[in-house]
Amino acid sequence: MSQAVYRILRPEGRVEKGEKVPLDDSEKLVDMYRYMLKNRRVDERMTKLQRQGRIGFYIGSVGEEASIIGSVMALQDTDWVVPCYREFGAALVRGFSLYEYCCQLFGNAEDPGKGRQMPNHYGSGKLRFVSISSPVGTQIPQAVGLAMGLKIQGRKEIAIVYFGDGATSQGDFHVAANFAGVYKSPLILLCRNNQWAISVPRERQTASESIAIKAQAYGFEGVGVDGNDVLAVYKTTREAAEKARQGKGPTLIEALTYRQGAHSTSDDPRAYRQDQEVDSWKERDPLRRMRAFLINQDLWSKEKDEQYEKEVGEEIQDALKRAEEVGPPPVESIFEDVYDTVPQHLKEQLEEVREVL
Amino acid sequence: MNIIQAVNDALRIEMERDPTMVILGEDVGKFGGVFRATQGLQEQFGEERVFDTPLAEAGIIGAAIGLALSGLRPVPEIQFADFIYPAFDHIVNEAAKMRYRSGGEFTCPITIRTPYGGGIRGGHYHSQSPEAYFIHTAGLKVVCPSDPYEAKGLLLASIRDENPVIFLEPKRVYRASRGEVPQEDFTIELGKASIAREGSDVTLIAYGSMMHTVLDAAEKAQAEDGISCQVVNLRTLMPFDVRTIVDSVQKTGRVVIVHEAPRSCGFGAELSATINEKALLYLEAPIYRVTGPDTPFPYTLEEEYLPSPKRIRKALRDSMSY
Repeated sequence: MSQAVYRILRPEGRVEKGEKVPLDDSEKLVDMYRYMLKNRRVDERMTKLQRQGRIGFYIGSVGEEASIIGSVMALQDTDWVVPCYREFGAALVRGFSLYEYCCQLFGNAEDPGKGRQMPNHYGSGKLRFVSISSPVGTQIPQAVGLAMGLKIQGRKEIAIVYFGDGATSQGDFHVAANFAGVYKSPLILLCRNNQWAISVPRERQTASESIAIKAQAYGFEGVGVDGNDVLAVYKTTREAAEKARQGKGPTLIEALTYRQGAHSTSDDPRAYRQDQEVDSWKERDPLRRMRAFLINQDLWSKEKDEQYEKEVGEEIQDALKRAEEVGPPPVESIFEDVYDTVPQHLKEQLEEVREVL
Repeated sequence: MNIIQAVNDALRIEMERDPTMVILGEDVGKFGGVFRATQGLQEQFGEERVFDTPLAEAGIIGAAIGLALSGLRPVPEIQFADFIYPAFDHIVNEAAKMRYRSGGEFTCPITIRTPYGGGIRGGHYHSQSPEAYFIHTAGLKVVCPSDPYEAKGLLLASIRDENPVIFLEPKRVYRASRGEVPQEDFTIELGKASIAREGSDVTLIAYGSMMHTVLDAAEKAQAEDGISCQVVNLRTLMPFDVRTIVDSVQKTGRVVIVHEAPRSCGFGAELSATINEKALLYLEAPIYRVTGPDTPFPYTLEEEYLPSPKRIRKALRDSMSY
């Protein structure tokens, strides 16, 4: 990597010379790892579920957990998260329950989204975790507007928006960065540069030397961070958040990471990339790194591995079991929430559907 | 009062009443908009509530969605409806689906104001009538006033509505259409048409700037052809007032639909299909459509392109003699 990339933890889990651990809350340090591990185990389990034909689709974030968990944990619970479709870990940290998540994957009657979206497209008003859509990059201008709105209302909250390297090729990224610069919006633009947009590598997305550098053209700071180093992501995001809260405008964070798995369960990356590349990134795996650090600090152990793995396994199993028993949403739900009230023509169309059920 | 003044008046009333309302768009601030619809509002309400944006329609609507998520009530302006397409994704995929896709966890009460239609010598990039795209999109309301009274009452109702609204302003008659408008705050219910002229022979359906052409045609048809037209002014295109249309068709048995937009898959097609479904046995003649042809909007020959009283009267006569 030729670009400047900030790092605290070396791949083997030791702190870089001259760097310090950015927080002295050992419980929170352990939580970072626990959330990353839970994120991964959920992804693995749900991918299997798709293979078994029990859900139609799944998008995981294996390899990218540090960029997600480290950033969202640097924010306050009142801040706003505007996700793309690969930040389940952020929802988890915010308190989105595994049961609701499973209900969303099944699209059943207990899904907060009422079974209207495919798996991995969820949201929660009370958690300030904005509803996810599939089109790439649309969330970025919306996040700028959200941050503008917080500023107009004189509120202390800020917003973070997540997107991948592919999204930086969209007009929406540039429109949004331009707006964010002009209005000095209290926003963090967090690019998970996972090197691949389905089958298209980062080199095909941009001729820029980095993604972070693009912020310069819009009049604000862009920083590169090792996206597999949860502590570096945490510290970088925390600084960007303080800056935003002080009215000093947005920051673009490019978290350099790697999509270890497929884009989604509909994808097979063996068709377009080498195992060798994947293996080299696995050596820099974010979980392994943080686990080694915690063990060095006497904050983690093999016994804790076993204990936590068991706990997570049971929690997933329990959530899945309960969610799978829930039936589909009632047929009316097709016609509700299109508008605040159901207009006459939709009432008639509901009757048409009912007549043949 | 003309339509521009009525729009400005409605915006001012709502800005005073609702501290969460904000206006954004190109040139809407100090300049007050290229048509002057937001004139004086930045001066009165400040730059935080009435502000210019960079020149990017996707940004205007994308940001408006975010502003709504933050608890504000944005009223973005798109300078010409012809320029709305960069924002199409945000309107169709995002604003329109926000409530639905989130199971009601998030909503998007924004009112997108945009001048539409021909008749100002604007060629194909300052003359389009894109209503069908938006009527076709579940989750949007589409509103189209024809005169100052409707502009004020419908705009106030649109901004207060909890759903995203596309508010199409008939720019051809922005200043030419004048009329009495109550000074006070009032709304016109969305989804309700009005009977613009009573009649018994043919139901003539239109909206927006075409209302003026249609009323002219109806008057001439009465005076010169002896045809009595009941003119239905739709006001809201989605959801549209099926009851009022069907009641009129049951009375007259004949229908002529008029709009500027191209014919194929234009709104007239939906109106015609609905009338067929709800009132087929009352029809004495096929439903006629007088519309823009299926071509881009031309510059020099725009009067030939636009539905005229002459073309409408021909359709009325055809219907009567069928």
